Amino acid sequence: MSATAAKAESIPFKIAQAETTTETQDAAPAGDAHGTTAPAGELHTETGVAHGEEHGSGVFPPFDSSTFASQLLWLAITFGIFYLIMSKVIVPRIGSILETRHDRIAQDLDEASRLKSEADDAISTYEKELADARSKGNAIANEAREAAKAKAEAERQKIEESLNGKIAAAETRIAGIKDKALADVGAIAEETASAVVEQLLGSKTTKAEISAAVKAAGK
Amino acid sequence: MANDPTHQFLVNKIVPIEIGGIDFSFTNASLFMVASAAVASGFLYLTTSQRGIIPSRMQSVSEMSYEFIASMLREGAGSSGMKFFPMVFSLFMFILTANLLGMMPYFFTVTSQIIVTFALALFVIGTVVLYGFYKHGFGFLKLFVPHGVPGALLPLVVTIEIISFLSRPISLSVRLFANMLAGHITLKVFAGFVASLGALGALGVGGAILPLIMTVALTGLEFLVAFLQAYVFAVLTCMYLNDAIHPGSH
Repeated sequence: MSATAAKAESIPFKIAQAETTTETQDAAPAGDAHGTTAPAGELHTETGVAHGEEHGSGVFPPFDSSTFASQLLWLAITFGIFYLIMSKVIVPRIGSILETRHDRIAQDLDEASRLKSEADDAISTYEKELADARSKGNAIANEAREAAKAKAEAERQKIEESLNGKIAAAETRIAGIKDKALADVGAIAEETASAVVEQLLGSKTTKAEISAAVKAAGK
Repeated sequence: MANDPTHQFLVNKIVPIEIGGIDFSFTNASLFMVASAAVASGFLYLTTSQRGIIPSRMQSVSEMSYEFIASMLREGAGSSGMKFFPMVFSLFMFILTANLLGMMPYFFTVTSQIIVTFALALFVIGTVVLYGFYKHGFGFLKLFVPHGVPGALLPLVVTIEIISFLSRPISLSVRLFANMLAGHITLKVFAGFVASLGALGALGVGGAILPLIMTVALTGLEFLVAFLQAYVFAVLTCMYLNDAIHPGSH
């Protein structure tokens, strides 16, 4: 029983193997035992593929014209709706976002340039005032210097004048004293001479003789 | 079947709807269109709800994407092109979100369906043609007659211009579609290598490191591609709109 069953099973297997060998001998003539079994597997998958393509009416799926109508309809519906969403909602929205940003940037730049010009104005006023103050300060300093100089000059003049007066007074006084002294010199000389003569000669000389002699000696 | 790299692009019905014998089912593709629109508009709405003069981080992401598209459109189509800003912005955000959502595991990539990218490209070209004729009448056809071309060459040049104009919706849609498709297939294939090599035992696990590194690198690349393709789509939209606004300028 079991032997016949095994035989019955082996016969279709042999037939199947024979079929595959005859089929594959065209494709792979130099096939050994292993080589024939592998293409047999391939053949099975190929028949499987054939089955699958029957499912899609037997043509390469993208060229299966039976699906074209449905694809066209659904493409028209989906792309149409997508186009409407894009043109009515998305494009205006992103456009307005970009425009708002652009405006905002332009506005900020304007504001920045306005502030910058204000700052520049402030700097130039500041510098102008600084220059004014400096020149004013210089003028005041010059004036003060001039005034001080004039005052000093005047003082000097005054002091010089008073000194000159004092010098002149002193000189006249000195001249007076000198004159007086010179005038006294004759009397002293006469006195001294009369005293000297008296001592030397032991006799008195007249005053007239002595003054004549002093005068002669003074010449 | 799990390793089938095209399985991820299968459109499965979630809610079957049929109108007049035509299948308008709500599918996983529809679900991720809704998700892309919802995620993109939700993000933009919520991040800008503060309307901050000084933006928060997320708000500045929204503003950056706005200004990114605005400067792209202004450079591409001049200041008169700004009336198309909602359109270009919607296209960019929708495609970008759909691409990025598609990068999540198990998520469906809306832009990997040629019909979706083709519809978006036709929307752009349709806008260009309609606005061009509305604004310039038949003067819009000057677009096909470049300046300074000798008379003898004119028929040839005009033919080339018309062909290049007609190929625009195709190139615009196929570029986006093929980039997303190829990227996702490549990722799936390399990730599949990791799984199938890992099942082969110790040696296989060692060998699986290479495709794993590749998958990680490709994931990074795909995020770049997801952004880049949305960018390229938006840039080309700007250029085509420029043709509608200034038809005789090139």
